[in-house]
Order: sequence, then C-alpha cells, then structure tokens
Amino acid sequence: MLKEYKTVSEISGPLMMVEGVDNAKYGHIVDIELTDGSMRHGQILQVEGDKVMVQVFEGTAGIDVSGTTVRFLGKPMELAVSPDILGRVFSGTGVPIDNGPAIIPKKKMNINGSPINPYARDYPNEFIQTGISTIDGLNPLVRGQKLPIFSGAGLPHDEMTAQLARQASVRGKGESFAVVFAAMGITFEAAQFFINDLTNTGAIERAVLFINLANDPAIERISTPRVALTAAEYLAFEEDMHVLVILNDMTNYCEALREISAARKEVPGRRGYPGYLYTDLATIYERAGRIKGKKGSITMVPVLTMPEDDKTHPVPDLTGYITEGQIIMSRSLHRKAISPPVDVLPSLSRLKDKGIGPDKTREDHASLYNQLYAGYARGKEAQELATILGEAALSEEDQKYMRFANEFESRYISQGYYENRDIMETLDLGWELLSMFDDVELKRIDKDMIEKYMPKFRNK
Amino acid sequence: MAELKSGRIIKVAGPVVMAEGMMGARMYDVVRVGAENLIGEIVELRGEKASIQVYEDTVGIGPGEEVVNTGAPLSVELGPGLIESIYDGIQRPLDQLVEAQGEYIKRGSAIPGLRRETKWHFKPTVDNGSEVVAGDVVGEVQESTLVNHKIMVPAGAAGKVDGLKEGDYTVDEIIGGMTHADGSKTELKLMQKWPVRRPRLVKQRLNPNKVLITGQRVIDAFFPIARGGTACVPGPFGTGKTVVQHQLAKWVDADVVVYVGCGERGNEMTDVLREFPELIDPHSGEPLMKRVVLLANTSDMPVAAREASVYTGITIAEYYRDMGYSVALMADSTSRWAEAMREISTRLEEMPAEEGYPAYLGARIASFYERAGRVVCAGSPEREGSLSVIGAVSPPGGDLSDTVVQATLHVVKVFWSLQARLAQQRHFPAIDWLTSYSFYKQHLPDSFDDKQMGKEFSEMVQQAMTLLEQESQLIEIVRLVGAESISAQDRMALETSKSIREDFLHQNAFHKVDTFTPVEKQYELLKLILHFHQAGLTAIDNGIDTSEIFKLPVREDIARASYIDNNKTEQVIAIKESIDEQVKGLYEAVTS
Repeated sequence: MLKEYKTVSEISGPLMMVEGVDNAKYGHIVDIELTDGSMRHGQILQVEGDKVMVQVFEGTAGIDVSGTTVRFLGKPMELAVSPDILGRVFSGTGVPIDNGPAIIPKKKMNINGSPINPYARDYPNEFIQTGISTIDGLNPLVRGQKLPIFSGAGLPHDEMTAQLARQASVRGKGESFAVVFAAMGITFEAAQFFINDLTNTGAIERAVLFINLANDPAIERISTPRVALTAAEYLAFEEDMHVLVILNDMTNYCEALREISAARKEVPGRRGYPGYLYTDLATIYERAGRIKGKKGSITMVPVLTMPEDDKTHPVPDLTGYITEGQIIMSRSLHRKAISPPVDVLPSLSRLKDKGIGPDKTREDHASLYNQLYAGYARGKEAQELATILGEAALSEEDQKYMRFANEFESRYISQGYYENRDIMETLDLGWELLSMFDDVELKRIDKDMIEKYMPKFRNK
Repeated sequence: MAELKSGRIIKVAGPVVMAEGMMGARMYDVVRVGAENLIGEIVELRGEKASIQVYEDTVGIGPGEEVVNTGAPLSVELGPGLIESIYDGIQRPLDQLVEAQGEYIKRGSAIPGLRRETKWHFKPTVDNGSEVVAGDVVGEVQESTLVNHKIMVPAGAAGKVDGLKEGDYTVDEIIGGMTHADGSKTELKLMQKWPVRRPRLVKQRLNPNKVLITGQRVIDAFFPIARGGTACVPGPFGTGKTVVQHQLAKWVDADVVVYVGCGERGNEMTDVLREFPELIDPHSGEPLMKRVVLLANTSDMPVAAREASVYTGITIAEYYRDMGYSVALMADSTSRWAEAMREISTRLEEMPAEEGYPAYLGARIASFYERAGRVVCAGSPEREGSLSVIGAVSPPGGDLSDTVVQATLHVVKVFWSLQARLAQQRHFPAIDWLTSYSFYKQHLPDSFDDKQMGKEFSEMVQQAMTLLEQESQLIEIVRLVGAESISAQDRMALETSKSIREDFLHQNAFHKVDTFTPVEKQYELLKLILHFHQAGLTAIDNGIDTSEIFKLPVREDIARASYIDNNKTEQVIAIKESIDEQVKGLYEAVTS
C-alpha cells in the first residue's frame, strides 16, 4: 500500500521537506504530484523522525507547499532492463524519450549497484584496439579498465569519444560489443553529434543512450551515470556483452552534486565540492571491471572538462586517484591542428603492461613505446629550447630530436577522427619514425628487437 | 554496568544513523542496525541518544527500526588462519563472502574472520601445571610454511595451565584451561579477540636499532626505514605510490606483512591477489603470500568500514609482533582513511577544522603511527618484536601543504617525497632525493653482516648525496651559461650525479633482477659509480679531457650492473678492473 502525503513543509533549492511521514526509508524514491497534475520524482536524502528530506530530480520550480502530493514508493530507484534497451534513447533517469514502446522488463535493477567484491574481480588484461595510435601504441586500453579523458572547454573530446565508440574492438574476435553513452549536462549539439555519428555507422543498433542535456534538470544528473552503469552491468554480466561506457561530462555531474551539498548546508571541501566527492565518484568509477566466471566486461571512458585546463582542480584530481590512468588533451596540439590532440607525456594508462606483449599485440610493443616516449620527451625539450634560443642555436643532436618530435606529432599523433589504424600499423609507424636514429641511440630497445623490426624501414 | 537496552532509529543520513533509547551504551560499542542487522559502531552519545556509523550501505533503513547493542567494542579475531586471508575493513573474509553472496558485496553478512572448520595442529610448549601470565606463549601452530604461530595467554589472565594436549583443533575448540589464583577458570583456545581501537599491551618499548631492508636502493641506501619505524609516501596520482607500497610488501625483510588497501582501486587488490602467490620471497624461497595478510576496503565499499580498516590491520599486525616477529604494515592510502573520518564527522555535524577535516584528525593520525615500534613483548619467553608502519598519502593536486600530509609529517620519521616531475621523466621510484629524509640513517651500518662494509657504505652514501646536492646547484649554472663554462671537475661531478640517478637511484620494479637488490650488491653498485668518479678526477688532474672519460665503453657496463644476477656480485666487482684498465688506456694514448 503506497502512502500519500500532502504535508510538504519547506522547499529550498532542489530540496523539499515532508512532515508527518510514517516509515520512510533512506535512499528510497518518491513520486511528486503537483497541483496542476504534472509528475516529478525525487529521492530521500535524510529521514529524521517523521521529517523527510527529498531531493527533487526535475527541480522544485512550481512546487507549492499546500497542494503537492508526495507518494512514497518504498523502494530505491530502479531501472527496468531487458536486451531490448539496445538501440534506444532514454532520459537521464531512464525513461524512454525516443517515442519507442516502453521496455518490457526482464528484470528491475537497483541503480545504485553494489560494490564488487575485490576477490571476485578478474584482472583486466585483454587489449582493446581503438585504432588511435596514441592510445593503442602508447597508452593501451584493456577490457575492464577505467580510463578518463581530461579535456577542456573548446577541445574536441566529443570527436574523440565518438571515434572510440566507433572503432573499439578486440583483435580477431567477433564478440558482442555494446556502447552505453551517458550525457550529463552536455549541449544538444554535442549529444546530437554523437547520436548522428552512431546512426551513420549503424553502431546505434548496439548502443544505449541516456541523455541529460544542459537545459535538463541539473539534479537529474545525479542519477544519470548510475542508471547508465546499471544498464551496462546488465548487458555485461547477464547478457555476456563487452560494454564500453562513456560518461560525458563528469564535471557537470560533480557540479550537480555540489549544488545538492550546498542546499543541505554541508561543510564544503575544496572549491565548495562536498567532502565525500571522492567516495561518490568511486562508487561510479569502480563499477567498471571484469568479474571472474563472467564473459562480459565494462570498460569505462569518463570525459571531464578541466576548468582552465587545471589538472589539480578537485574533479580531475580525484578522478585521477580512482581511475587507471588518464588521457589528457592538449590545447597547443589542437592549435597546431593535430587531431586527436592527445598530450602524450602526461597521459598514462596504468594497465598498459597487462594488455600487451607477444600473445596480445607484439613482443616489441613495450620497449617501443618506452623509446618513443623517451625520444618525444627529449624532442619536446628541444622544441621548447628552440622557441627561446632559435633553432640555429641547438646542437646537432637536439635538432635531430626536435625533427623527431615534429614528425612524431604530425604523423603518429595526428591521424584524424576517421582513420582506424590497426595496431600493427601503429607499431610499424613507430619503427619508421625511430629509423632516423642510429641503433646505439635506441637505448631502451634490445638489440635483437632492433635487428628484427628495424631494417625494412631503414632501407626505405 | 547499566543494563543494555535496544533502541530505535530516529534519523538516517547516509552512513550515520541516530538512535534513541540506547540506555547503557558506551562509546565505540558495536550495534546491529535495523531489520537487516547491519553492523555499526557508536561514535557519539547524548543522553540516551546515540549516533552510529554504519559499516554497510544504509539505503532502505528508516526510523522506527530496532538497534541492538552487542555491548562489545569493534574487535578482531586473532588466531591461526589470518595469514593468506583477504578481509574487508571489519575483518569479514572476502573470499568466503564470494561463496556466500556472489560477486557483489551484500549487506548483513555475519561470517566470522577465522574459519571455524579448519583444524590446526597445536603443540604445547609449556608443561601443564606451570604458572603463566598474559602474553606467555603456551604452544605453537605452524600456520603457513613461513609463519610459526605462537599461541599466547590472552590479556588479563594469570594462573596455572592444565589440560594442554598436542592435537588438532579448530580455532574455537578448547585446547586447555587455566586456574586463576582465586580458583576461577579460563578456557584457552587457539583464538582470542582484541578491540581494534586499543593498542595491544607490551612489556617495554624500545628505540629502533636496525634498518628494515627493502631491496629498494633509494630507500635502503638514502632514506632507510628502521624496524619499528614509521614512514610516509606522499605524492600526486601517477607518481607510483602504490608501486612503492607493493614493492615494499613484496621484498621487505619482515616476517609478516599486513597490507591495507584503504579506499583504493579494486583492480589493484586483484593484482596483489594474482601476483603475490606467484612471487618467491628471496629470503626464504617460499611464495610471498605465505606471510601476508590482506585487507581490502576499496573506494566503492562503505566508507565507515574504510575508517575502521587501518585499525583492524594494525591490530592484526600487533598480534604477530607480540609473537616476537618483525612485522611491516602498509596502508594505502591514509588520505582515504582521513576522508572517511571527515565524512563521518560532517554527518555528525561536528565543527570542522582545516579543509573540513575534524579537529581530532592530527591526534588520530599520531596515535595510529605511534602503534608502530620495537618492543619487548609481554610474557615469556622473553622476545622482541617490531612493527613498522608505512603509510601512503594522496594529497589533492600533490600539494604537500595538505592537512593530512602535514599531520603525518609531524609524527613519521621517514619521508619519501614522490615527485610528478620525476614520474614524467619515467624515473622510478619517483622519490625525490633532495626533499626526502630519514631519521634512521645512523642504523644503516648495523644492518650489514659485515659492519665495516656497512660503515663504508654509509660514508659512500654521504658522498653520493653531496654530489647530488652539488648537481642541483651546478645544473642551474649550466642552464644559464652552458656546460663549457664550468670546470672539468664540476663536469665530472655532474656526470657522476647523473650516473647515481640513472644507475643507482632508478630501479625497475618490473625487471626480474632489478626489482630487488640485496644491500651487499647495493654497496658494490655504489662503490662502482664512485670508483669511476675517483678515477675520472685523477685522470682530469693528469690532463685528460672529460669528453674522453665520458666516452669510455665501461660506462655501459656500469649502467647495466644493476641487472647482473644478485648472486653474481663478483661480476659487479670485476667492472672496477675494467674502469682502471680503460682509464689507463687513456693515459697511454696521451703519452704515446
């Protein structure tokens, strides 16, 4: 028996207090009926005696104290799932918005999920080919990894995530693959770009989209990544699919969280974000992974825009502490029209060594990326020196490294958003670029590797 | 004591629940909350109202539900079976939870920390009828191939033992009894309990006197940690805190290692679980896992249990210390622990201090690290144990003025400062040699079997440090005016410093030989580098050009010396001769 109350006593920001409530439970959801008959939804944030604090997903505009009816549903927020969710578009709270039929649920799942027992996790070690050289060659992504893209306003992270969604695959295997896309507070244009891209390539058939646009209620964003991950968990661990989850943009999510925290008058942490931001983000990011005995996996690529490209801002900072590496976009490469503009030096995939090697990619992969990295780092220094002193002032060696860095940027990093490079192609390109050095300069590669892989590029 | 009453929930806000009617409750009593029997702990009392931090997710809990007080503080079970286990923050066995509940952690589980069905072979070491007191060893159990588990008389008991018999027992079975002076009796079991927030008792605390060898060159040689000492590793993300902690857990010269994964990544714990059973301990030749207790309260697991996890870990570590072992505890990361405290504090509506952390943060951190130390254990036989604590700190943005870093630096004696700059240059471990420090350097010589060698090593380290210091100043000059403008001696110093950095301080954790370097080999490696330095300086005095010296092929051998098998130090020593020969070759070239 659902209980209804007309005892709203206070409304402030996104929060609403209801009094005289019997038997309300923390974390459960409510339906709110306004005087004009329209419906909204909320979640219980705190229960104290018979007073209940509700966060209203759609915002509190238009809600009044006297005429509003609140219905306590007695359960946490759930998402109805079935294989039919593939190819569909939902709102940020999981309601279909593509004019399609309602989902006939095979199952209803709590959107908050549960922590994966660390003992039940299976280690991510299967190489995913994204077709992007800077990822495959230098920062390989593996199944079950969470690898965020740290971007900034005006940088082409949308193009890059679309490319990832389009191209990501496991070499030589025809396994079922799905993309779950959660949009949080992004613009209509950005969302439409992604949808169109998926539609044009036919990938939309194996995609599930949860869309909360910039003008949709901010508070709804709190549930969007959770709803999306619930769908992903269902597809991965019950339907045996390999799921790539893209969360775009986590900065907007964190701002919504901050809004609620401020409305609750909580003691703020850094930059006004709540002290529990780390824990909250962890409950989202840690839902990526593989589970022993299950075929499917969840690989996660959260996107976040760093305010003023500042990596120490709480959102990228805390994200970096939880995720397994980060891909950082560079404004200066973007200005040079190099795309995707991945800033190679500070980017890192923590699981890179687990996914590469003789059986997975090729034996020379690890030493090759070490050498490329070292060469590019040296070349970047030379580039910077050249801007101060002028190119002529550089030593011969520095000039060579600078040439290498330039070549590396224009040929290896730059590939455009529609080129899908095979990993072998990426590796060979690395060798080709290194062929401008003498063997003795390639200190990070064993001699026999050089002999095996280098000659064909030398002789060109 | 007042009678314990069950209370009723009146408020739920995230992980904190308030209950009324909790007559007789004491601070830190463990309670069972609501219909699902969630485990919680009382953290605040106001009259008969208690605030409770709940170790499990509180969704679906509401006012009116019952809260039952167990009347006991949060305790761990101590006994055979801890080694090779993996627990969550409140000692629930994660492997058994998978069997019982599946891949996800569900609520309300009541699986005890120690397996009840396993039989252990117990051998008494005292005669029946002898007088024993708390801490006395009455027998032993071979817990794993590496750990001989001493069964000790629990705290507070003293009297005559009787009925002790060799045989196979579970942790819960009675192995014998004790008769106290007043005629009352205590039953003895393989297992005992201890409240996690209280340090275990010792007879006497001692100053650390020996270095804990870790096989990590930058640590052992430059910034050693003592047995019974404390260290902290702060650094921004991506600088390799976790790799340092893993390396220590793998190679540290301790009898027992307790690894607490506190609010960190799930996949990292999986990595430990996968890797440790396959790695071989260089000291004993047995799999490393045979001496390890793991605690994993990953970042997505309940935050209150994360707060408890460091205490659970250190209590288990103290228990093994009490057996007379050298124990090392790694906590990764203490910042997550501090954040858990902050979150609970916020929900209790306490007045915040810096950065929203509670005012008692510093005190809590200090008393945690203070549980480390070298001690004379309580009871007989007379034995000495030590507990070394190494905490990782994850300051926001890598900012060392962070509250948690500062509170930690107040108490720890060793500081390994990880730098993003070094990590970006792929210099690992990214421990900055200029800002890190250790107060235990004077104990380094004593840790060598050959004391003379130890003394010499200390002197060489000092010389190396001076060179590195010199480098940091010279490099500024070189940047401004170019390398040609400094003296040949200074150029030699720069080159040697580079060699110290690249060939000694840099260590590859993923190389099968380089991952661990015994101190004797560290001595030879450093000696080699300094020998080249000396030979170079002499050559300069004899008019040889520095570029000739820097070009010598032997430098390649020096660079690769750390990859020479650890049993073949004679090959490292042999390089010295090549240095002499090649430098001699330079002289001959000049004179001819």
